[in-house]
Amino acid sequence: MSGALLEVSDLTKHFPLSGGFLGMRSRGAVRAVDGVSFQLQPARTLALVGESGCGKTTTAKLVLRLKSPTRGTVLLEGRDVHGLTGDDVAWFRRSVQAVFQDPWSSLSPRMRVGDIVAEPLVVNGRYSKGEIKQRVAAMLERVGMQERHAELFPHEFSGGQRQRIALAMALITDPKLVVLDEPVSALDVSVQAQVMNLLRDLQDELQTSYLLITHDLATVRFVADDVAVMYLGEIVETAPAEELLDSPKHPYTQALFAAELPHHPAQRRDEVPVRGEMPSPLSPPEGCRFRTRCPHVMDVCLTKPPATRLGEAHQVACHLY
Amino acid sequence: MKLRRSATPVVVEDPSSTSPVLRVRDLRTYLYTRWGTTRAVDGVSFDVEAGETLGIVGESGSGKSMLALSLVRLTPEPAARNVSGSVHVGGTDLLQLTERQMRSVRGRDIAMILQDPHQSLNPVFTVGDQLREALRSHNTGVNRRTANERAIQGLEDVGVPAPEGRMRNYPHELSGGMKQRIVGAMALAYDPKVLIADEPTTALDVTIQAQYLQLLKDVQVRTNVALIVITHDFGVIAQSCDRVAVMYAGRIVEHGPVDEIFDKPRHPYTRALLDSRPRSDVRMDRLATIRGQPPSLTDLPRGCRFADRCPYVVDHCRKEYPETVQTSGSHSAACWRVEEI
Repeated sequence: MSGALLEVSDLTKHFPLSGGFLGMRSRGAVRAVDGVSFQLQPARTLALVGESGCGKTTTAKLVLRLKSPTRGTVLLEGRDVHGLTGDDVAWFRRSVQAVFQDPWSSLSPRMRVGDIVAEPLVVNGRYSKGEIKQRVAAMLERVGMQERHAELFPHEFSGGQRQRIALAMALITDPKLVVLDEPVSALDVSVQAQVMNLLRDLQDELQTSYLLITHDLATVRFVADDVAVMYLGEIVETAPAEELLDSPKHPYTQALFAAELPHHPAQRRDEVPVRGEMPSPLSPPEGCRFRTRCPHVMDVCLTKPPATRLGEAHQVACHLY
Repeated sequence: MKLRRSATPVVVEDPSSTSPVLRVRDLRTYLYTRWGTTRAVDGVSFDVEAGETLGIVGESGSGKSMLALSLVRLTPEPAARNVSGSVHVGGTDLLQLTERQMRSVRGRDIAMILQDPHQSLNPVFTVGDQLREALRSHNTGVNRRTANERAIQGLEDVGVPAPEGRMRNYPHELSGGMKQRIVGAMALAYDPKVLIADEPTTALDVTIQAQYLQLLKDVQVRTNVALIVITHDFGVIAQSCDRVAVMYAGRIVEHGPVDEIFDKPRHPYTRALLDSRPRSDVRMDRLATIRGQPPSLTDLPRGCRFADRCPYVVDHCRKEYPETVQTSGSHSAACWRVEEI
């Protein structure tokens, strides 16, 4: 598909493990991300969903150029981000920003809020002091803070306000893509709602794309347009958010959704939806990686399931389809 | 409808009930710091019966964790001090015991599972060492071999596969879900009457969380333990609790059966919290939010503590803390306008 803002193909990251004397003996590799491909269109939100250890955060780091891939490419507007040099790196840094889960550790405790939010512009070096001040004030207002807050330190704010500050810092360079790594899971319920509303408003206003990393389906439903479900380093299912949440096809997606806690006591369930735990990414099962826990496992699952197209944008990697 | 008003803090007395295993009355735990006195737990009363699960729900800073620690007398010394109240387990008021006496009750009559399994196990001892220690803590007469057998049985009871092998593992060799099961096995070693689980699943993954809540339920069916689940997550409440107490700024503002709390919340705070939750089954255009922030626990207002954020606020709310109103048999709320909500 053309016109994609972000195009990830066959992205793979293996972390080699060494042991023995001076670490000279190789003990294999953790296959954190293994052949992941997806696309993200401008002004849209793609959610990467999965449990811890599934590789979603490593994928985000590869997209952010914080780690280099073992194999595969990440294209931003058609340019390979891992091959960039010189000024092009600065272009990438302006274009792609991130907001992390924990607003207690992502903001420098020794800088004033105004300086924190201004930092990306200062580093960029193309703005005058007056211009920076003006843009910081405008951005703080946009995320629902006041101009006077620029003079305060992060510890003077609550979690929700800190996450607003982190968002202001991410958006100040007018990026094309913001990677949101569990942006609300460290916040209280009533504050989560505020930040989620804000994320949607900002996207409508600024036409930014979001790559959302989360395990929470309610967040997915509220924020995402498309979803990719990851298990043990691979994408098992991709689909538009509504379609995926209403009719999940892959047995893992179904299990993940069934494990969600009920919204009301009347929806309480008595059965455990999936047994066992995720196998080690050091030696993932051959063939389908979910087969060790899958209720529908068949002989054919010993071979790798190809990605099957079920609808216009719905793909699933399972032998059932 | 004519509602009964009472001046005491929220207490639900169900006439049909037998005597509860845990009875907490007017519990107050204050923290004395350089910056003033923090009224973390400020007049909390409730009962829990054998085989029953009470959920205590609240946001960070509501005092729910300090309440849990107060029940087992593990509040941080010397800052925290119990100011008043009683915590009866069976016929004993735990707050009147000496530390030495308390040590023989803790773990045996009342036990606790903490939020983070990575921090509740000692990294330099094996799972077996730690389980055996727990088993011998109240009964030094248990020999090593019996302790070993009981430990393996305990692991099996909490669904740990291949328990003999696990006994030799160190905590870092285990997943979060497995560690939390082991912490559970330690807490259950002496078959306690009351088990307190403080955010037991927050550190776990979705599918493991479902397994763990099911495990707690299974254990309860088997042992008839009175369970208190402390959480910020209404999903955990909906899945696992019989009754709910909603905490705000150190007090229980509403208390009732789980279905009634979800269907007919009678306190504006409960209602606002429930409304602010996003849903995974329908896409909403906008989430309801609660304006403002909880009050500082060192400088609490005279009247209702939720008044500044409440859409139903009237003048009287700021003048006097609302009386607790019993709205039905076992449902009560502390709000001046409870009839209208």
